[in-house]
Amino acid sequence: MSISTYKIPIGPIHPSLAEPMTFNFEISGEKIQSVDLAPGDNHRGIEFMGRNRNIVQIIYLAERICGICSASHPFAFCRAVENAAGIEVPPRAEYIRVIIAELERIHSHILWAGIAAEELGFNSVLYLSWKVREEVLDLLEILTGNRINYGMYMIGGVRRDISEEHMPRIMKTLQYYKDAYQTLEDVFLKDPSIALRTKNVGIMTYEDALHLTSVGPTARASGVKKDVRQDQPYSAYADMDIKAITPDIYSGEVNGDVYDRIIVRILEVFQSVQIIEYCLDNLPEGEILSEPKIVKLLGTLKKAKGEGVGRHEAPRGEVIHYIKLNESENPEVWKARAPTYNNLMSWLPMLQRQEIADIPIVIASIDPCIGCMDRVTLVDSNTSKKQVLTREELMKLSIAKTRRILK
Amino acid sequence: MKLDKYLDRSLWVFHLNTGSCNGCDIEIVALLTPRYDVERFGIKLVGSPKHADVLLVTGPVNRKMLPRLKLVYEQTPDPKAVIVVGTCGSSGGVFYDSYNIVGPVDKHIPVDVYVPGCPIRPEAIINGVLKAWLKLERLRGFSGVEIEKKIEEVNA
Ligand code: SF4
Repeated sequence: MSISTYKIPIGPIHPSLAEPMTFNFEISGEKIQSVDLAPGDNHRGIEFMGRNRNIVQIIYLAERICGICSASHPFAFCRAVENAAGIEVPPRAEYIRVIIAELERIHSHILWAGIAAEELGFNSVLYLSWKVREEVLDLLEILTGNRINYGMYMIGGVRRDISEEHMPRIMKTLQYYKDAYQTLEDVFLKDPSIALRTKNVGIMTYEDALHLTSVGPTARASGVKKDVRQDQPYSAYADMDIKAITPDIYSGEVNGDVYDRIIVRILEVFQSVQIIEYCLDNLPEGEILSEPKIVKLLGTLKKAKGEGVGRHEAPRGEVIHYIKLNESENPEVWKARAPTYNNLMSWLPMLQRQEIADIPIVIASIDPCIGCMDRVTLVDSNTSKKQVLTREELMKLSIAKTRRILK
Repeated sequence: MKLDKYLDRSLWVFHLNTGSCNGCDIEIVALLTPRYDVERFGIKLVGSPKHADVLLVTGPVNRKMLPRLKLVYEQTPDPKAVIVVGTCGSSGGVFYDSYNIVGPVDKHIPVDVYVPGCPIRPEAIINGVLKAWLKLERLRGFSGVEIEKKIEEVNA
């Protein structure tokens, strides 16, 4: 007799993520047999909108791809445009960019730790982590003027300088996080109940991580030493020696489970503190923008022609922006690839044979960012005409493809 | 319509994301945590619209979420208040010219309070919930004058 399975659809609106996403689970008893994802609930057509705006306007749009990674997308985007138009960034700006990006990583990882604790049912730990997180938000507000969506990055540099008066405040925050390490370690890594719920749960092997091209902490927790800051150093990271953090640094072994993902993220918070310290100690003097006059900058960009790629290690993994400028006000092509797009498929091996009750923590463990991921652009490679298909057209295409394969 | 006596003063809130950038959503979560701690005002985030008095809607409403937005609105029991959090839900914001955006929210469901900002600050959301509470008070049968007085007290 075959075991019968039943289906549980979850989402798009559910308490476990603040963002919409649909999952279809096939369950037998308490075990998950298979998972299907139905993304697209958060699709806004960002790349399409970008093609109707000028480059400087797109920075603000790129920032709003995702509020949590609101330094990473503009960082990668600006690097892509600078790469395409051959703009040099002053060294001081490079350092400030890295400082903001690392502050964002601190806030993002601690935010994630809190959400993960909440998925396990530890509301008090959620409150504790978010209290710890407020400190870095305050600092970001002082430096950039906003708690989220900092508006800091600009083509050819940054918009605000870090002055001498800021230094004591930044030092205070860094000290705060050094002191907080003990608390976070006790709460997340030494607590027996968190260990019980997360060890050997949602495992992804080294091979799977490679096959599914996972990125960021999700891949590193499976032992893949992959980090753009290490592999292709850029910006101020090139002056430092950054090593990808894998869980064996802490526990001596790599299991690829949820617990390992916690280790990687907690350790990365302190790696970020060190990076910021280095940047502050070595902050070069000089300009912060290569071209402070926006009108003139737009004029240059209007005449630029070429392609550019910008990569950056966002808190969730590698983000890539591609841009093609063609001597016009708007870019010809803009493509953003966010880390969650890669990491999505990691859910399939992780959720296989898990219990229903583990769904929330496993889903949360890759730190999904649906806002970043839900984007579709179709480019017809024969005519290189860009086209946005309606649902009906897509369906027709899909049916046609099935027929083709069946033949 | 009189407010049910059991729905006295604590407002239970359901949060719905219709395709936002997340910025406003994390600020909503930040509201619950020690710095802002809205639970001290009796405001609580609930997991189902069926338990909620107030809907907090973020995001510019994309095509796929539109039927869900309407469904969640219908599932929320009356009397209810709807708060749109963030510029993109109030007017479209940066996403105003996309093919996939059918918002803003008030095109599809009645909205009582708008909290503009991109992203909003948590304090602004608390203020918005307070405004929604005043609306519910009105439904509860308080006269206009009394509410005016309350608003003055609040603003003072
Ligand atoms: S208002 Fe701005 S910050 Fe808030 S969700 Fe919309 S785009 Fe994001």
